[in-house]
Amino acid sequence: MIRLDGVAKTYRTRRGDPVEALAETSLTVGENEFVTLVGPSGCGKSTLLKLVGGLVPATRGTIRVREQVVNAPFPDVGFVFQQPVLLPWRSVLDNVLFSVEMLGLDPRQYRKPAVDLLELTGLAGFETKYPYELSGGMQQRVAICRALLPDPGLLLMDEPFGALDAMTREEMSLELLRIWEERRKTILFVTHSIPEAILLADRVVVMTPRPGGIARVIAVDLPRPRTMDLEFDARFKAHSDEVRSLIFAGRKVRA
Amino acid sequence: MATLVGALVLWEAATRALRIPRFIMPAPSAILGEGWEWRYRFIEHTWVTLYETLGGFALSMVVGVPLAVLIVYSPILRGALYPLIVLAQSVPKIAIAPVLLLVLGYGELPKMVVAFLVAFFPVVIDTATGLHATPPELLDLSRSYRASAFKTFLKVRLPMALPFIFAGAKVAITLSVIGAVVGEFVGSDKGLGYVILSSTSYWKTELAFSAMILLSLMAIVLFAAVSLIERLTCPWLVPERDA
Repeated sequence: MIRLDGVAKTYRTRRGDPVEALAETSLTVGENEFVTLVGPSGCGKSTLLKLVGGLVPATRGTIRVREQVVNAPFPDVGFVFQQPVLLPWRSVLDNVLFSVEMLGLDPRQYRKPAVDLLELTGLAGFETKYPYELSGGMQQRVAICRALLPDPGLLLMDEPFGALDAMTREEMSLELLRIWEERRKTILFVTHSIPEAILLADRVVVMTPRPGGIARVIAVDLPRPRTMDLEFDARFKAHSDEVRSLIFAGRKVRA
Repeated sequence: MATLVGALVLWEAATRALRIPRFIMPAPSAILGEGWEWRYRFIEHTWVTLYETLGGFALSMVVGVPLAVLIVYSPILRGALYPLIVLAQSVPKIAIAPVLLLVLGYGELPKMVVAFLVAFFPVVIDTATGLHATPPELLDLSRSYRASAFKTFLKVRLPMALPFIFAGAKVAITLSVIGAVVGEFVGSDKGLGYVILSSTSYWKTELAFSAMILLSLMAIVLFAAVSLIERLTCPWLVPERDA
């Protein structure tokens, strides 16, 4: 579904110095695969996400989604960012309808699907509430509904649970998997958290900085549906160790 | 409230006890007395100043907001207009007023222009700040849906900027009052600024005080009116409630 061939991205700072956010990278992602991108700051994972979504053009290489070359935003993508960025002057329901409105579709056709999505994410009854009345986790769920409403084939999520507290994070991870089981789509999910990356994914793309790029892609050998106690499974630990060794390679921890 | 009443009582007592001459510092009772006698003429003068204020304020919003939009959306216009705006701001309006009166005559228009000149800068700056206040993720989101710049402006940036525009409006309306009075000081035969100037030259200080009180009340009421419009237009800016 997604193919990156030798894709690289260099930004220019104000002074004109080049900053290589992503070095030559190649990757393929299959249809309806759940792939996580994990790595420390500066490894280029958010850049990769934006490249796939067409929000930034590649400096080198080609990106293809469903065989079409990507160099600009295209329909069939849903974005979810770390901040829910809901519109404070709109109700929850109108916030969910924001995506179809901006796409130029008729929001009236989508009211029922929007209500269904809210129910799916556990927000039934909150349609008329305003963002300031919701907790961070609930706002993020609204943002996910908003992204899902146009039923995109591809969901790009940039640390969507990063602003939430640890317990809400866990809850939302399982919630997301549940939603994904009901409405299958391809998901690219960026995270800082190694356990989260392993728990959610079919494959984990481990990235390292300086220069930003893929160190390795690890296939996750765990059954679905995933549960929290899988974290104690031996296979989980093996994957976790492997990811850690890649990320912390060459860094000596001073005792 | 109690402090205000107390201060008035003290003022009254002090002027009587110290036998301060009426033309230096009149007692509150004298101010009220003279003010009441003059009430019909005061209504007329207040209306003139109000008219000038509202005219200048309206001009500042009608010119200032679109100007800010232009500056934000067009880097070329920004480069061209921004220095002009800052230049206009740095010239003291008191210095411009006499020239304006020469050019535009003695009526209400030059006072409106002075009010406009004083008020439009905060409108432009606050509106521009508000337009820049949209979180970049929202702009990315709009771009990902390939929404036109106009749609993004109307549905995202403008509503986001409203609180800032109202902040600018609140400052502008109080400055408009000042601008109108400055215009009247330079040359007029009507309005509360004129009353202050002429009554002091006749040693009728009580009238000057009355006029000042009326001006303050006008500024307060206008400010409150803008705040009310803000609360009605932007109901989502409710202060934090307890969960």
